[in-house]
Amino acid sequence: MTKEEHHLMAPAISRTARTSALVGAVAALGLALSACSIAGGAAAPSGSAGTPGGTVTLVTHDSFALSDGLLDDFTERTGYRVEVVQPGDAGTLVNQLVLTKDAPLGDVVFGVDNTFASRAVDEGVVQPYTSAAPAAQDAATYAADGGGALTAVDYGDVCINVDHAWFTEHDVPEPATLDDLTDPRYRDLLVVPSPVTSSPGFAFLLATVGAKGDAWPQYWEALKANGLKVAEGWSDAYSTDFSGGGGGGPRPIVLSYASSPPFTVPEGGDEPTTGALLDTCFRQVEYAGVLAGASNVPGAQALVDFLLSDEVQADIPGSMYMYPVSSAVTLPQEWADWAPLAPQPFEVPAAQITEHREEWLAQWSQTVVG
Amino acid sequence: MTLTAPRAPAPPAPRRGRTVRRARARGLVGWGLAVALPVAFLAVFFVWPVAVMVGTGFVADGRLDLTGFAEVFSRPRTWRIVGLTLAQAGLATAVSVLLGVPGAYVLHRHAFRGRAAVRALVTVPFVLPTVVVGVAFRSLLVEGGPLGFLHLDGTFAAIVAALVFFNYAVVVRGVGGLWERLDPRAEQAARALGASPWRAFRTVTLPALTPAIASSASLAFLFCATSFGTVLVLGGMRYGTVETEIWVQTTQFLDLRAASVLSVVQLVVVAGVLVVAGRARSRRERALPLAVPDDAVRPLRLRRAPGLPERDPLAVVAAAVTAVAVLLVALPLVNLVVRSLRVGDRWGLDHYVALGTAGDGVLVTVWQAAATSLRTAVDATLLALVVGGLVALVLSRRPRRPAGRRALAGLDAFFMLPLGVSAVTVGFGFLVAMHEPFGLPVDLRSSPLLVPVAQAVVAVPLVVRTVLPVLRAIDPRLREAAATLGAAPGRVLRTVDGAIGARAVGLALGFAFAASLGEFGATSFLARPQNPTLPVVIFRLIGRPGPEAYGRALAASVVLALMTAVVVALCERLRGTTGGEW
Repeated sequence: MTKEEHHLMAPAISRTARTSALVGAVAALGLALSACSIAGGAAAPSGSAGTPGGTVTLVTHDSFALSDGLLDDFTERTGYRVEVVQPGDAGTLVNQLVLTKDAPLGDVVFGVDNTFASRAVDEGVVQPYTSAAPAAQDAATYAADGGGALTAVDYGDVCINVDHAWFTEHDVPEPATLDDLTDPRYRDLLVVPSPVTSSPGFAFLLATVGAKGDAWPQYWEALKANGLKVAEGWSDAYSTDFSGGGGGGPRPIVLSYASSPPFTVPEGGDEPTTGALLDTCFRQVEYAGVLAGASNVPGAQALVDFLLSDEVQADIPGSMYMYPVSSAVTLPQEWADWAPLAPQPFEVPAAQITEHREEWLAQWSQTVVG
Repeated sequence: MTLTAPRAPAPPAPRRGRTVRRARARGLVGWGLAVALPVAFLAVFFVWPVAVMVGTGFVADGRLDLTGFAEVFSRPRTWRIVGLTLAQAGLATAVSVLLGVPGAYVLHRHAFRGRAAVRALVTVPFVLPTVVVGVAFRSLLVEGGPLGFLHLDGTFAAIVAALVFFNYAVVVRGVGGLWERLDPRAEQAARALGASPWRAFRTVTLPALTPAIASSASLAFLFCATSFGTVLVLGGMRYGTVETEIWVQTTQFLDLRAASVLSVVQLVVVAGVLVVAGRARSRRERALPLAVPDDAVRPLRLRRAPGLPERDPLAVVAAAVTAVAVLLVALPLVNLVVRSLRVGDRWGLDHYVALGTAGDGVLVTVWQAAATSLRTAVDATLLALVVGGLVALVLSRRPRRPAGRRALAGLDAFFMLPLGVSAVTVGFGFLVAMHEPFGLPVDLRSSPLLVPVAQAVVAVPLVVRTVLPVLRAIDPRLREAAATLGAAPGRVLRTVDGAIGARAVGLALGFAFAASLGEFGATSFLARPQNPTLPVVIFRLIGRPGPEAYGRALAASVVLALMTAVVVALCERLRGTTGGEW
């Protein structure tokens, strides 16, 4: 310390005290507030202390949902308490699982779809398990791989939807096929979510790959020339740009699901104002699997079985808007009426999707975004 | 009236020698702790996860692999997105400053009816989840929408407008915090000596404000440069930035090599900006004559008041600019409220009534989520205030040696980094690095404390940037005078740093709280659905089919907006009542 600084000793002393006093003041303020803090509040019981069977951690995507109380039934039946972790969309989910496979985020995964199934299996994220639940036979018809690590739980079709009301009002016949969408009559009417940032968006890209083969980029060029609009995600496209989605947007043709129309039955009406074009669909299948390195393998297996139980399978349409794989449960009436599946959806094998994903998306970006 | 040191009782006769040595040792320990604690916090909860995540991309088959650089830089797209990032963030920052400085003048230097409400209103955008801003903005701009005639949907201008919408409050609060304490007499003297209002502003007030402006501008730039939701929703891939590219490469492609290279690029850009901003600040930073705010704040007079010689043309211009800016901020918010009241073909409160029920894929009610958000924000704000307060205190010192000054400048930039690094990198980094961190047998990834910690990391720079300009402006002679008059060290703290800094702490408190309430990036990767925060619930609801879920998401956003406005207003009220006593 130099001489010059020496005579500043008094302030130096004060600084220490000042530091501690500020900390004290802040801490006091904190105490006043922390009556309602996370640390101060009652922590939820965690770990295996409370229940005999312990905890099973389910890692799943944003859209996972089951009716209230269903998971409690599982706990009652098996003794396992379920903890749910939802790290993001289907892509984020799989990529996080790949990144953390040496120390998995949980015991069991639900929500790996057929566009990501090969990546999950190839990267060794899941371990083999074959459920003995009655619906497992139905599930097997949707199997993604030979190894039997992923169990199909539900499926659904991603299809072009149209706003009936708009077409009636404007006296224009509705489009029906992918090719119709490039007809100048439907110029500036279509909006789709981006395949790069949205999983239904990517599913539609796959529908065009399945339909057009190597000529799909030309098809997208034609769509672009016909006034295609690309939105960021499904909710953006459906709620802001689509005229029939409640947000009152300008475009009457949108990419959505075959199960979307029942949600557009107006109050007091008995028919939906929108419909799905069943010749434009790609089928998505969602899988569950026991994570490699799971700390609670029996619990994880029990949860996979539970997802195939009649109870959950019957709940899936109402809570996740997908079709159950089980043929034993009945669909809600409005689904039977207004949400039929595509008789022949376009298909692309899972292995091919994993192999070409980046390449296709890069080419799509180049073609459509420029 | 400028602040003078209070009168203190006569000091006891000083005993030098041992007391001084002990005090010196205590001083060193105290400063050591004040530096070590925040540095350790940031190292563990930011540097470590980011380093692990970025490192993952540079290791292939167990060996260091830097070929990613050559590959990523050979893509023309890389250069385009770097250019777009700089253009978007630079432009949005410039507009935010141009609008925000007059805003700070009107909202912090003048008193008028409804000022608190307007101040709270402009802070609201700061916390809204980007999905909601997407709805609020896009439904205004879309063809056929209220502003559809502008044809701005999906344009570069729309992105810049939305970024300004988010960052207006950053500048207003940052600059206003210092401005309201600035002694008006220097400017009055200049005017009395014949300077025009503009000249007095340019030569007296503006130089005094430069540190705060540079400070806020660097904050705004970092927020703009790392915004991915807004950019994607409003511009799509066409206007992709480094941040959106990292998001796509990490979450969709798992191309960690490219993501890591881009993270390094981002780091370099951010570091460059911080260096430039730091230079601009330090050149101007000096002790300023500060005043009690109540004396510096005058009623807003736009018409010539009887008895006053002339109206102030600058005040009129500032009021006009602010009125326009507030209107532009209010438009999307009003649009949001209007849409939340739309039920099918009629109007009603149905969506608000539905907030009390769980369902639609969310296991909690919106009220429960709001409670979780508040509790998380309390923890995060507390952490941010302790850590950020210590950092600001350390940084407000002026070491005599150049090495000391350089060390402080480095520390300053270090604590700004969390704003400049991708939330995706941090979020994924937590997941990779927080399982048995440093060999400890705990899995921090599932700890309920990780969310407030992640939010605090982002809030610390806000606290530092709000408090520091005020602390640095305190004339050291004020403290020396207080000490000479015999005030004990604690009393010097209370009466000098405390009294002057309290208002800035109040501002910082509201700011940190708002940042925590709205944080979505890192939180979305960490939040557990048993107790999700409100932005996470809104994001989930808006992704569900059916007009009910959509309406509920909009109503929940209005609740989040109101909650923020109330909290921000309360924080300001808090500092208003305690400020004088501290």
